[in-house]
Amino acid sequence: MTQATFVRKEMLAPQEPPVSERGAIKWARENLFSSPLNSLLTVVGIVVVFMLIKSALPWLLHGVWNASSLPECREIIEARYGEGATGACWAMVRERWHQYLYGFYPQELFWRPTLAFALMFVALAPVLYLGNRTVNTIMAGIVTVLTTLALVGVAMAFPQTIAGADAGFGALLVAVVLLAALTAVAWLAPRKLLIFTLLYPAIGFYLLWGGSIWGPIGTLAGFAILVFVYSLTKGQLGVVVATGAGVVAASVWWLAIQSHVTGALHSIVPIGTTHVDSDEFGGFLLAFVIGVTAIAASLPMGILLALGRRSDMPLIKALSVGFIEFIRGVPLITMLFTASLLLQYFLPPRTNFDLILRVIILVTFFSAAYIAEVIRGGLAALPRGQYEAADALGLDYWQAQRLIIMPQALKISIPGIVSSFIGLFKDTTLVALVGLHDPLQGVTKVVRAAIEWKGIYWEPYIFVGLIFFACCFSMSRYSMYLERKLKRDHR
Amino acid sequence: MSDPHAITREIDRSHMQVSDEVAIQISSMNKWYGQFHVLRDINMTVNRGERIVICGPSGSGKSTLIRCINRLEEHQSGHIIVDGTELTSDLKNIDKVRSEVGMVFQHFNLFPHLTILENCTLAPIWVRKTPRKEAEETAMHYLSKVKIPEQAHKYPGQLSGGQQQRVAIARSLCMKPRIMLFDEPTSALDPEMIKEVLDTMIELAEEGMTMLCVTHEMGFAQAVANRVIFMDQGQIVEQNEPKEFFNNPKSDRTKLFLSQILGH
Repeated sequence: MTQATFVRKEMLAPQEPPVSERGAIKWARENLFSSPLNSLLTVVGIVVVFMLIKSALPWLLHGVWNASSLPECREIIEARYGEGATGACWAMVRERWHQYLYGFYPQELFWRPTLAFALMFVALAPVLYLGNRTVNTIMAGIVTVLTTLALVGVAMAFPQTIAGADAGFGALLVAVVLLAALTAVAWLAPRKLLIFTLLYPAIGFYLLWGGSIWGPIGTLAGFAILVFVYSLTKGQLGVVVATGAGVVAASVWWLAIQSHVTGALHSIVPIGTTHVDSDEFGGFLLAFVIGVTAIAASLPMGILLALGRRSDMPLIKALSVGFIEFIRGVPLITMLFTASLLLQYFLPPRTNFDLILRVIILVTFFSAAYIAEVIRGGLAALPRGQYEAADALGLDYWQAQRLIIMPQALKISIPGIVSSFIGLFKDTTLVALVGLHDPLQGVTKVVRAAIEWKGIYWEPYIFVGLIFFACCFSMSRYSMYLERKLKRDHR
Repeated sequence: MSDPHAITREIDRSHMQVSDEVAIQISSMNKWYGQFHVLRDINMTVNRGERIVICGPSGSGKSTLIRCINRLEEHQSGHIIVDGTELTSDLKNIDKVRSEVGMVFQHFNLFPHLTILENCTLAPIWVRKTPRKEAEETAMHYLSKVKIPEQAHKYPGQLSGGQQQRVAIARSLCMKPRIMLFDEPTSALDPEMIKEVLDTMIELAEEGMTMLCVTHEMGFAQAVANRVIFMDQGQIVEQNEPKEFFNNPKSDRTKLFLSQILGH
């Protein structure tokens, strides 16, 4: 007999799930042994991992840190672990770390790239953690402490530098005071730190290459000219044409006038520090100079190209599409050869363009073309209603882009943009092909050419690989942090 | 006649006056989408203070018509003059008209990356150059008017559809527009939320706002509109005051349409 009506008299209390649905057993059942095939794969996986560890672990554990050559390493290992034992020879890293970090940069000037590297983080802090005063200050503080330790470490590793005329104790003092001052700025006037961020390219450039102080000042003056011409002509010509006029004026200054003016100024007021030639750059110093500059420059360029590609103006659209498709269609190595050989022909005579600078420009172009396409994807993902709402409120094109469209499009594109950046950073190792000493190929070749480290194979690649991994992994984690922070749909 | 959203409240008509001043003048306007002639010889005058409801079957061009008024769509021939400014390809005129004409969309189109308050203050700050503090006070005033001041610091994604649409209305009002366009403001809403949005729109009408409203809410049309325009196939088929329009439609096409939307 079926009953149509039912009334519950007592509510049931919740009970614990059965053992098989709880804790580790449930997890293992679901993840490791959910079917016969998966159980088999689990067993095979465990065996493979075991074999890998079995063969690699002794090699890693037998590592030797104190030796002056590879044969000495091998002797120590055989003496310790018996005939035929293998082990890593980390002594190479201990002896040659400075070449991996600085290339052939003069040893008594190591404090300069170290300080430039430290200042980079201080300059990045207000950009990466916008408006977060506490994080900015903590970041600057940590950088100050670590840099002090690093500079002391470098000074102890190369005792001759303390006696050096240019460097030594004075440089250490300057660096620490500067960093401490910036930490204070981060706390007291967080917005002012952005001024330092804007000046950083010139400061970093001067620290790395040195020479006459008028060089970077002249380059900054070019930007001042750009802004001046822009604001002068914006009223009559509109944003796009005025920007073009500013860029043309600044380019004329940079390419034709600047060297004469700065030369004259230097002969009147010769202030400067030891000049370091681009040939002496190498290792991670080179990777960071190229990678960071190209990353910073390719993002704005990519945004403009993406907007240009979606523009209604046929000329701008054609130029953007042409640029993107051409650059994406050509291998990076071709562009690097262009940088090292061909670019010189296209520039006005007697402009002596530095090789690193040329490589940076072409790597930037290369990355910008990819970034542009990633951002175009983000733009296409935005509903049309966003554009219409911005239009209907009376915002002009640039206001709508800056306030409504770009914040959303860039947010959507973060994973793609960061992938491009990570790829770009790793691609900096390709500069080995045009004779620059990148950490992976260039420096390792130099190290292996030395008689004492001849035949070393795994260690340099593991060392360089670990540093690259640390850099790329932190970029990836930062992008995930940013995505979480910008998440707005609480549905 | 049955209407699920019949307006039952008393409407205060003391401020609902139609003046002689012309707000919008559209004369022999035509628009094509490629080969398709979407708007055909539209002639229409809207006086200040008028509340016009535009209805018609889907694809009849009613949304396109009001989107032409703030140049979200471009017309190819004829003239549209809004508040004395003719809409041409001159960007200055377009921006001027857009800052005087508010628009509410079917899908709200709030900016999801900004808070409710920022949504409302954005245009006053950047277009009108209002100081931030003043813009925020204005925004809070209009948010109270649409009865959601307490949501000011939330993001659009955290609000219900009806609340979002009321924010969209407040956002438009913050620019202190002289004309408001509504493009099917209740079509994307759950039935329960339609009423709260209609109430907000009625309040706006009671204050004497010039309104053009594309909607199928016939209760709203009867209660508030002083003119109903019926469109089909890109042309104005019939226009009349609401009582006449609903009780005594002249054209067969209008009769068919009314019987379909009100008949069940």
